[in-house]
Amino acid sequence: MMIHSWRRSGDFIRSACKSLSSFRQKHNSMSPSVSDLGFVNRYESKGKTFESNAGKGRNTELLDHHHHHHHPCLGGRNMWTMQQYKSFGSSSASKVQRNPLFSSLEPKDVSYFKEILGEKHVVEDEERLETANTDWMHKYRGSSKLMLLPKNTEEVSQILKYCDSRSLAVVPQGGNTGLVGGSVPVFDEVIINVGLMNKVLSFDEVSGVLVCEAGCILENLAAFLDTKGFVMPLDLGAKGSCHIGGNVSTNAGGLRLIRYGSLHGTVLGLEAVTANGNVLDMLGTLRKDNTGYDLKHLFIGSEGSLGIVTKVSILTQPKMSSVNLAFIACKDFLSCQKLLVEAKRNLGEILSAFEFLDNNSMDLVLNHLDGVRNPVSSSENFYILIETTGSGETYDREKLEAFLLKSLEQGLVSDGVIAQDINQASSFWRIREGITEALQKAGACYKYDLSLPVEEIYNIVNDLRGRLDGLANVMGYGHLGDGNLHLNISAAEYNDKLLGLIEPYVYEWTSKHRGSISAEHGLGVMKANEIFYSKSPETVALMVSLKKLLDPKGILNPYKVLPHSFFSP
Amino acid sequence: MKILVAVKRVVDYAVKIRVKPDKTGVDTQNVKMSMNPFCEIALEEALRIKEAGFAKEVVAVSIGPSQCVDTLRTGLAMGADRAIHVEASSSFLPLSIAKILKSLADVENPGLIFLGKQAIDDDCNQTGQMVAALLGWPQATFASKVVLDKDKKFATVDREVDGGLETLSIDLPAVITTDLRLNQPRYATLPNIMKAKSKPIKKMTLEDLKVDIKSDIEIVEVTEPPKRKSGVIVSSVDELIDKLKNEAHVV
Repeated sequence: MMIHSWRRSGDFIRSACKSLSSFRQKHNSMSPSVSDLGFVNRYESKGKTFESNAGKGRNTELLDHHHHHHHPCLGGRNMWTMQQYKSFGSSSASKVQRNPLFSSLEPKDVSYFKEILGEKHVVEDEERLETANTDWMHKYRGSSKLMLLPKNTEEVSQILKYCDSRSLAVVPQGGNTGLVGGSVPVFDEVIINVGLMNKVLSFDEVSGVLVCEAGCILENLAAFLDTKGFVMPLDLGAKGSCHIGGNVSTNAGGLRLIRYGSLHGTVLGLEAVTANGNVLDMLGTLRKDNTGYDLKHLFIGSEGSLGIVTKVSILTQPKMSSVNLAFIACKDFLSCQKLLVEAKRNLGEILSAFEFLDNNSMDLVLNHLDGVRNPVSSSENFYILIETTGSGETYDREKLEAFLLKSLEQGLVSDGVIAQDINQASSFWRIREGITEALQKAGACYKYDLSLPVEEIYNIVNDLRGRLDGLANVMGYGHLGDGNLHLNISAAEYNDKLLGLIEPYVYEWTSKHRGSISAEHGLGVMKANEIFYSKSPETVALMVSLKKLLDPKGILNPYKVLPHSFFSP
Repeated sequence: MKILVAVKRVVDYAVKIRVKPDKTGVDTQNVKMSMNPFCEIALEEALRIKEAGFAKEVVAVSIGPSQCVDTLRTGLAMGADRAIHVEASSSFLPLSIAKILKSLADVENPGLIFLGKQAIDDDCNQTGQMVAALLGWPQATFASKVVLDKDKKFATVDREVDGGLETLSIDLPAVITTDLRLNQPRYATLPNIMKAKSKPIKKMTLEDLKVDIKSDIEIVEVTEPPKRKSGVIVSSVDELIDKLKNEAHVV
């Protein structure tokens, strides 16, 4: 079937979805009716990030906030799963069932873990488990009774070998800053948190290659590199909490992707442990290595479903001394697009970020965060942050100024400011990075992380705004330079009617425009069943085969990434 | 009335300072330099006074190496009408700066001189006071509120002092140094950055101003503050009391 028949008929998609869900219930074989649907291969997703602006302390604050602000999804233990899975095809609600093939934890398991890890690193304390069971948005909650804290690869291997033999499901966890429920258990999966594996193993000042353990916090790595005069090739709001292992496992994107590219390019090697405890040493430090299949890529962005990343080798970049940041107002989205094209053409070699937010996002930040002011005097429809990073202070500054003044004369830009010191730059970034936090404070929030052709990015925001007709606040912001939109719908509380209007509409819209429903956040548990909106059945089938090859019992991060129906009996 | 504002180029407030290995000073190679935050507040206040119709011209002045021009450009982009750069190869201590500013005041005849209460690099907090003394003008330091009277004969200034506010009335011309809570400085907007490009920056030398600089102060050594030692977790109240008594000697 052709792509344009997709475009013609929304009903078609809905019926396609329906047949898909019945297909999924029939499990593993590819039924011909599904293959005939002609799902087109989507653009490769660009990576995943955590939009959280919160460090650990702030996370706790937010969680507390939500304790008071009663979360309707958390009323009953499994109510939220029902809600989550009412998405694929508006009428076909399907609830995740615990896979009965998995064993339940027994006292002998705990004793075994204590034996290999030591008492201290086997956590049964309810308070600590409560935190580890819950994602930072307080949207997803599991009921695991055990968290393990391995100190090295060997221990991870022993844990997995045992869990595999016992059919105990596990969830790998890093900083737990994900936004799609990928890092928390769905049911009673054993949590394996690699936070104690936080050593830098080596740094080569000539090549800039950093080798470290998976549990290193991104911000700590950045601080370490700073003393050496280097920077990490990725930066994101959750840097104070997120782990490099989690970044790699989820192929985090973030603010500097436009400059340094995705982790598929910057990660030079990794070590991963597969479900049966096999340690795969792919910890190369070479830029070029064409010996056979480059298997490390399987572990970048597979969200811990194929193995647990234990070590990472990553290419870092020399720190440039000259950083400039401009905060720009544009009257319409077309101007934003033109400005992006011009910025790439005129600032190419020093451009390091090109971010946008709409006026709704700005208002939200101004209303919910303290000490934030709009850097430009009058409100506009769109705001853009342009950051340059280079080696020549005067040269870079003159270049940026000349570019912006020309854009002002041409009418692409209606107003703007350039940060004169780091403090001003931080306050501009605070607006962009603070949106997630402001959304948390504003109440319930439905988050979508979409890759779309740049010219389509704001159309979906407008279309959804029209569709919801004032029922909720629809906001668009994100990494314009990477074609990545963060579409957020903020409402007083979660409700099914609203969700029914948003999903599957957003996924269908994205699919119709050949976008990705998961740009940099990953699929997690939130969108595992929606993968077909962006990937063909043939592609998904190969993914399922790979998963079954590497993890025959399906114990690694179950119910995530791929539709769970493929793996239940 | 004309307002003269002194602005200093310093290591950016957000940069982690590193002391040079030979302990002669702070490393400024490849380090982000910005306008001293207190000077930014001083300039903002001068601009607000001008916008309120109490002054005709705001003149920013900076003393130091050629890169001070960048700091003056920032000042012009914020809204200063013109700038003066007094070229000097080495950095001076407050008395020398005060002498230069005094000579400039003799030439420019401002009705008010604004300075930041201190610079975040040397934390001297002396220049404003010295300028006032050399000129024989009244001074109001640590200003948190400045109000001019209609005839520009005097200024009413609130100062933040221990335990409250002190309100002074001083005759003009006068010297005012600004504290943190006086105002929130504006950003440099694109239209103003564009305008700033055509504003003049006048270069002057110490000879032009006929100032004879000789430093009476020699910097012996610059060192980092001692690193904080990591704490220990005590296992009981008894152990804590024991440590307070026998190790810290505070109980």
